[in-house]
Amino acid sequence: MRYVDEFRDGRLGQAVAGEILTTVDPARHYKVMEICGGHTHSIYKYGIDDLLPANVELVHGPGCPVCVIPMGRVDDGIAVARTDGVIFACFGDMLRVPGSERTLLDAKAQGADVRMVYSPLDALRIARENPDREVVFFAIGFETTAPSTALTLKRAKAERLTNFSCFCNHVTIVEPLEALLGSPEVTLDGFVGPGHVCTVIGTRPFEFIPARHGRPVVISGFEPLDILQSILMLVAQLRDGRCEVENQYTRVVPRDGNARALEVMAEVFEPRPVFEWRGLGFIPHSALALSDAYREFDAEARFDVPGVRVSDPTECQCGDVLKGAIKPWECRVFGTACTPEHAIGTCMVSPEGACAAYYNYGRLARAREIV
Amino acid sequence: MSASESIAGGREQRVLQIIQTARAKRPRFRDERITLAHGAGGKATQTLIDGLLVPALCEPGSALAALGDAGALTIDGHRLAMTTDSFVVKPLRFPGGSIGSLAVNGTVNDLAVSGARPLALSVSLILEEGLESDVLRAEVEAIALAARSAGVEIVAGDTKVVERGAADGMYITTAGIGAIDPRADCSSGAITAGDRVLLSGPIGEHGTAIMLARNLFELDARIESDTRSLWPAVDALLDAAGAELHCMRDATRGGVASVLNELARAAGVGVTVVETAVPVAPTVAAAAELLGIDPMYLANEGRLVAFVAPDAAERALAALRSVAGCEEAALIGEVTPETPGMVLVQTGFGGRRVMDQLVGDPLPRIC
Repeated sequence: MRYVDEFRDGRLGQAVAGEILTTVDPARHYKVMEICGGHTHSIYKYGIDDLLPANVELVHGPGCPVCVIPMGRVDDGIAVARTDGVIFACFGDMLRVPGSERTLLDAKAQGADVRMVYSPLDALRIARENPDREVVFFAIGFETTAPSTALTLKRAKAERLTNFSCFCNHVTIVEPLEALLGSPEVTLDGFVGPGHVCTVIGTRPFEFIPARHGRPVVISGFEPLDILQSILMLVAQLRDGRCEVENQYTRVVPRDGNARALEVMAEVFEPRPVFEWRGLGFIPHSALALSDAYREFDAEARFDVPGVRVSDPTECQCGDVLKGAIKPWECRVFGTACTPEHAIGTCMVSPEGACAAYYNYGRLARAREIV
Repeated sequence: MSASESIAGGREQRVLQIIQTARAKRPRFRDERITLAHGAGGKATQTLIDGLLVPALCEPGSALAALGDAGALTIDGHRLAMTTDSFVVKPLRFPGGSIGSLAVNGTVNDLAVSGARPLALSVSLILEEGLESDVLRAEVEAIALAARSAGVEIVAGDTKVVERGAADGMYITTAGIGAIDPRADCSSGAITAGDRVLLSGPIGEHGTAIMLARNLFELDARIESDTRSLWPAVDALLDAAGAELHCMRDATRGGVASVLNELARAAGVGVTVVETAVPVAPTVAAAAELLGIDPMYLANEGRLVAFVAPDAAERALAALRSVAGCEEAALIGEVTPETPGMVLVQTGFGGRRVMDQLVGDPLPRIC
């Protein structure tokens, strides 16, 4: 594929990996967090960590929108899905995420009309085609996907659809990072920043990280060369004693983001006073609710949503894993009570979660050391 | 290494050992209800088979115990293979095939990759009240055509009709019998370190064709299902490699990734796949990229993987490529003694990763 394969060139990758090796201080350990789940995915898909020097450690951040949804919200979604006459539309990734008792896939097996969609517009189409049913869209995601939900709601309003609503779980990225960085156990040296979020919000919102927390950030694209180059830029900043937000993904990300997308989001959403994050707890202003102008489309207002808070299991140490304070295998329940098939914590839920990744790939890391 | 590091290292080792032991144990089936994941060919399916079906139905040493694509029986000195498969594909017709052709080729292929020449099939139809007769007529013709071109006879059948809503149009179950070829000596137990892994052609076409035919994505691409009989390919491989052909599998549900994982675990070996060697049509690669799916997990209906002794690999590959539909067959990897039970991929970018079994359906990612 043109304009894609160029960013997957293995020879260039080896060259950048070589440069990283000559840039790092062999006596130092580097802990770099990639914030976005999309980066984590690319890192595994292309085996990027395999190309890094042993003293550069990647820590998977809180940027997987599926992993961060707390159990209580999943329960709420399931309650709506089980309401008579409801068609519950959600992204496929969400189907297997455990609530306190069951997943949406289980609810579907028990008779709820849960349908997998690939875009919020698909949910809108289902609403048009089923005027006698209530269609609820389970909206999740960071600022990357929020504009498409916003546009869908604008269209629903323009079409005066009365049988469509949105169970809104959109979250924002800056607030959880602030919460993470405010915690004393954090031992991270720098961040690979979320390129797609930045196409919407720009790079400015990340400037507090070097300014207030003294850690460099490089906003990165998602192809393997993008990520390797971003890591090189980070370790170069650390070598040179610089600390700033750099933009590796200049072909897509402008410093001020996308004004049109921000405008639509401001019209349709408003910040929630507080939102619970799985593994990280309650974080003020870290999520979006529908604004007054769109309240009529709010599933939380239209349906009886239990809204019961289900606390993360006490034995779960996902928060510490996310902060980089402990490694997955150091968690009390890792690999015993908590496995990918029966996940307790957020880091084990998605295949890209730090714990699921270690569970599946840890043996590879060992094999490599022995060789 | 400091004392504390070596203690930590010891603990990490222990945790990894616990995981290893847990994985090696027979999984327990403890789900309260059946979900779609149990039918997706990944870990949930495996748990259903190993945790419920095998303990209840399988006598040690029986034909079922080998858990191959077909069971091997010896009757009065004749070595036979028998298998069965149900077809519930939606939609009934899709580019390149339909439920009728699939029902024949699916069972024919389970026999073929067990080293058996397919001979006879039975066909059971479960029809939904209200199904248009023309739809049924077309599928019966598709069954007849596929059986003729695969050289199998339909020798028995059954028809049931259920109330509207109790089935989705029509389902088909076929069972098949084949004669195990005297040249064949294949089983997962024969896989040995050093074996080369051959793939009979480009992957992911059936899975992609079905997804596109469901019209979920508003993607417009001409991708046809690869449904076809694999017997000609197996015949050519047996001719070229004989007993050096150690094992074959039909890479259907769950794709090449699932098949390789199953075999790596069954044989207690590692498999390393070279990503760039795996043939994928550009249209399939583009659709998979867009949907966030790895083609290695996409279903095929006319592709096999074969494990061949290193000396015979070149010969076997050349033979495979001479078969119509397998011109793009490729050597995609090899069996290693390291990392038993695991499938590793050497990525095109230069790194390595684990290609694990899926937990459920290959669902598109959202970010």
